[in-house]
Amino acid sequence: MLARLLNGDRRALARLLTRIENQDTDAVAMLTALYAYTGRAHLIGVTGAPGTGKSTLVSALTRALRERGRTVALLAVDPSSPFTGGAVLGDRVRMRDLAGDSGVFIRSMASRGGLGGLARTTRDMARALDAAGFDFVLIETVGAGQSEIEIARLAQTVLVVEVPGLGDDVQAIKAGILEIADVLVVNKADRPGAENTVRALRTMLELGHAAARERLRADFTVEDRVENTVLSDWMPPIVQTVASEGRGIGAVIEALDAHRAYLRSNGHWEQIERRQLELELLHRLRDGLLERLLDQLSMGEIGAVIDQVQSRAIDPYTAVSRMLAETTMMIDQSHSER
Amino acid sequence: MTRPIRVLIAKPGLDGHDRGAKIIARALRDAGMEVIYTGLRQTPEMIAEAALQEDVDVVGLSILSGAHMALVPRVREALAAQGLDNVPLILGGIIPEADHAPLRELGAAGIFGPGARTEEIAAFIRQLVNVKPTLEDV
Repeated sequence: MLARLLNGDRRALARLLTRIENQDTDAVAMLTALYAYTGRAHLIGVTGAPGTGKSTLVSALTRALRERGRTVALLAVDPSSPFTGGAVLGDRVRMRDLAGDSGVFIRSMASRGGLGGLARTTRDMARALDAAGFDFVLIETVGAGQSEIEIARLAQTVLVVEVPGLGDDVQAIKAGILEIADVLVVNKADRPGAENTVRALRTMLELGHAAARERLRADFTVEDRVENTVLSDWMPPIVQTVASEGRGIGAVIEALDAHRAYLRSNGHWEQIERRQLELELLHRLRDGLLERLLDQLSMGEIGAVIDQVQSRAIDPYTAVSRMLAETTMMIDQSHSER
Repeated sequence: MTRPIRVLIAKPGLDGHDRGAKIIARALRDAGMEVIYTGLRQTPEMIAEAALQEDVDVVGLSILSGAHMALVPRVREALAAQGLDNVPLILGGIIPEADHAPLRELGAAGIFGPGARTEEIAAFIRQLVNVKPTLEDV
């Protein structure tokens, strides 16, 4: 399977992505096998509010990257219905002129309850595409509001797409999605108000965007936050585009190349990867521990505790610390028995 | 938990009406499926390529142009060229009763006209996918 993936077998790649996405029992073994082949692609996140033109921009970017001889994989995430679990994944509608090119691979995925604009398995899917040898993996998030920043923990470069007229300059100084931008794109720049949007974004950047972003990134790690000041000398460029006509796309690619060159220049690339891996390990540890803890508790026991909390016989804080004390004891015992 | 069924909904050919296709996409979403919607004027090759990349369980074609007798075998051929002989094809649109039997011969697993209930289509897809051998080895 791995050999077929590394040989560029697109069917094998598609099947592997499905297994990863479904978290099939053999998915971890396959991810384990391919991990050694990852770390080569440039992972670029594309995020922004719904309707800003992310899909159109991604499509135009891909076309331009192909003209420059680079291969591109696209992962487009759309939301799952919280009620039925179903989804309509419509990003391919805007990517029709990428058809028939073996240097492009497009995969749509539903968020399947994932928070922060991505699905839980997006990272692993991107890894498979990285191992398959694509130069670029573009990850288009769910149409994001203000706090869908999960993509910053996965991509090396985050491109945030804005459009004229979405908000005033107070929106631009709010915390959140703009702070994770490495490149800002004002799409639909032929619309009135584009200059105002650019000006508001520029003001926001000049007001210490980099420092704010540094704090955000530092929050991601358990390492000494004071030392983590390396990223603050990158000023995100603001690029105006009309993606539907291909205007400004060359400048976006230049910005992406410049960011990559910047990250590569002083070991920033490795530092970012290290922080992201640290976070990933912490998340996986947390998930694994939670699973082990829940294995020790029956739903009946949890139900009984909920009853007590609801009747105010006990408070949620004490309930949790008691349950934790009991379950960790049980885990300790089961370990010493082995 | 069972995995969501993935369905590609495509419109081959030149007619520009995709209201029906969108209604089906929405209905299958409401039935808990993940629907990859490709939009208008897809060539058989584009449909097969999307079916491969998206690794879908079923391909649904919406055809209103009357060209179904020509399009269905071409889509089947394009799917076969990608190694997707086993992916079932279902049809929706305006398709005369007399064409149903020959279309089944040409590889359409199900045919649904304008009167078809969306629940019926979803149930048909579920049953199709369940009889398919699961996770053939890659």
